[in-house]
Amino acid sequence: MSLSNALIIKQGRVIDPANELDAVKDIYIKNGHIIAIDDHISADKAGDAQQIDASGLIVIPGVIDLCARMREPGLEHKATIKSETIAASKAGITTLCCPPDTDPVIDESAVVDLINQRVKDAAHSHIVCLGALTSGLKGEHLSEMAALKNAGCVGVSNASMPITNTLVLRRALEYASSHDLTVFLQPNDPHLSDHGCAHDGAVATRLGLPGIPSAAESTIIARDLELIAEIGARVHFGRLSSARSIRLIEQAQQQGLQVTADVAVHQLFLTEMDLSSYNSHCHVLPPLRELRDRDTLRQAIADGFIQAICSDHQPHEEDAKLHPFPATEPGISGLETLLPLTLKLVTEGVLSWSQAIASLTSAPARILGIDKGHLSTGAVADLAIIDPDKDWTLETANINSLAKNTPFLGWNFEHQVKHTIISGRLIK
Amino acid sequence: MVNKNARATNPLLGQDHWNIQLDKNGRLKHFLTIEGLGSDILNEILDTAENFTSVNKRVVKKVPLLRGKTITNLFFEASTRTRTTFELAAKRLSADVLNINISTSAATKGESLLDTLYNLQAMQTDMFVIRHQDSGAAHFAARHVAPYISVLNAGDGRHAHPTQAMLDMLTIRQKKGHDFSALRVAIVGDILHSRVARSQIHALNTLNTGEIRVVAPRTLLPADIEKLGVKVHYSLQQGIQDADVVIMLRLQKERMQGAMLPSELEYYQQYGLSRETLKYAKPDAIVMHPGPINRGVEIESSVADGPQSVILDQVSNGIAVRMAVMSMTLGTSAQQTGEDK
Repeated sequence: MSLSNALIIKQGRVIDPANELDAVKDIYIKNGHIIAIDDHISADKAGDAQQIDASGLIVIPGVIDLCARMREPGLEHKATIKSETIAASKAGITTLCCPPDTDPVIDESAVVDLINQRVKDAAHSHIVCLGALTSGLKGEHLSEMAALKNAGCVGVSNASMPITNTLVLRRALEYASSHDLTVFLQPNDPHLSDHGCAHDGAVATRLGLPGIPSAAESTIIARDLELIAEIGARVHFGRLSSARSIRLIEQAQQQGLQVTADVAVHQLFLTEMDLSSYNSHCHVLPPLRELRDRDTLRQAIADGFIQAICSDHQPHEEDAKLHPFPATEPGISGLETLLPLTLKLVTEGVLSWSQAIASLTSAPARILGIDKGHLSTGAVADLAIIDPDKDWTLETANINSLAKNTPFLGWNFEHQVKHTIISGRLIK
Repeated sequence: MVNKNARATNPLLGQDHWNIQLDKNGRLKHFLTIEGLGSDILNEILDTAENFTSVNKRVVKKVPLLRGKTITNLFFEASTRTRTTFELAAKRLSADVLNINISTSAATKGESLLDTLYNLQAMQTDMFVIRHQDSGAAHFAARHVAPYISVLNAGDGRHAHPTQAMLDMLTIRQKKGHDFSALRVAIVGDILHSRVARSQIHALNTLNTGEIRVVAPRTLLPADIEKLGVKVHYSLQQGIQDADVVIMLRLQKERMQGAMLPSELEYYQQYGLSRETLKYAKPDAIVMHPGPINRGVEIESSVADGPQSVILDQVSNGIAVRMAVMSMTLGTSAQQTGEDK
């Protein structure tokens, strides 16, 4: 680390979608902030700044992950704030957004204070929290949203817990919008899901796995959109999985509703077919769906109907996956693959560089309403520097997360994070 | 698809779930599902079972094929018929049999399936016969036990019940001959929850059956079932029209509570096999049922006990088929040794 508290990143290809910038630049960082971005920053101006030669490398705003579980407080045997923020920082992720389904639930300001204290003590990256939309995430009583906002929550959410009472949801949307809070929803009808563990289609039928139909997601989106149209709330739909959901989101956006959406990156690569070996690492909720769903999700990012890509990071201890498929816990440890998988979409011609980087930086920042995700002069210096031509293979040994539950072991990637800078500090 | 080369290096991704059933010589090592097995192996099972039916008719019903072997019946779900016939099959092959009754076992104390398997493995079991409520449980066991142990699936969730399907195939073969291509087979009832139906469909397709139909209301049919190679009928009369084989499935009473059906009475009226409705099938059609029967729910007593019923033949064949599969799987693994996991 530089003693001078200053860094200069020389001659990297800077891709900063928020500023519509894609050019070779020098970036000068001091005291945690970006001081200057220019074609060439002379040595005398930079003084004794530590130099990073970024020629041939790509410099982007630090990745903002819209949904990542730290498991702390409550499930520290799976992961901790320390372990997961270290993993994130090495994977180019500088800000993590933590949903409120911790134990205790983030439904009162004291829990936010507790998490903020632990973050201050142990975190290696920025963390922002969503507060609970309803008390205990039970979908019955509104949480103290104003207090949660004052304590620092950037939005409110019921995490993956459903709100089956539509009146409660309506009031929650009304109350949240009264306090200018974005509501983060993960649409799921628990009656239609009915304890299923796989997409209700040919593969689930063959494997005898209880199915979750696409309508479990899309009927709830349709319901929620009707309320949003009437109330005018600002809502973000997260972790979408089905093509029919995308059509609904697309229509709502075209009607001018304040609706955004994200997708977990694994949904862009895996399908129900990957369950064929009862691979419990592919047990995720919402489930992996059909190839046409995957392709629709991909296209929706390119078309701008889905704005953001997240990891939906769900670290698990090894035992959580060592059962017959339906009895395993759902979720993927996804921090380490968020950026490399997203950049694979660039290689495959699905997204442009600018689209891919925007979906990980400026878009999630805008959704969270935080002043991050761009490389403007004066901004907090959160950056990632990527080697775009470095073949590597994901192996258990190079996963920094405490949890190794990923179906992407053995996958080859061609983009590797070389450096991460968080608040001006060179982490990697 | 993305990154095919990368997938090939991963031991799980891209590997079809049935492949672990066969050893490197293509011989049956585990018996987990019919899917992916060729007609050669299915016919070998049927031929071997046919030979064992003569053993079962002798005064001394025992052969020394598996003397010294230990077979553990590990049943996480209640079963009378299946567990009993597995036990009899093992004993007639002279194996030692250990029955693990799960209601009094460690599973209720929170021991995981894996721990249960490892503990029993430490007692030098050669074969696990497993019935479990979760689909994929038998595959899970096969993947984790020591390499010298064989796993037989005695029913996993909704997924598979391959020995039941093979005893059904043996019964059909005995009654209708070796050529399945001329046969029209109808499977009637709760296909959605039925591991028996799934295994029967795979077996019938592998044996080149002329036409396979499933008959049920849509609430009891799984998504995209036609992709397994069946024709779907919602009407019993149309579904069994000119059928050579009518297989009735058991209807669990709890399906009424789950609002999948309006009432037992309406189900019986629409899908129950009575002497009247059986007339739609061919006059020489055989009637099958994997048991246990709900008389007056899915089948009329006079049909279950009638001249066209082969339900008790199925039970007898169950012992022979299980003997066949046990001798084939342990026969191949007998030459192999492996280290404990």
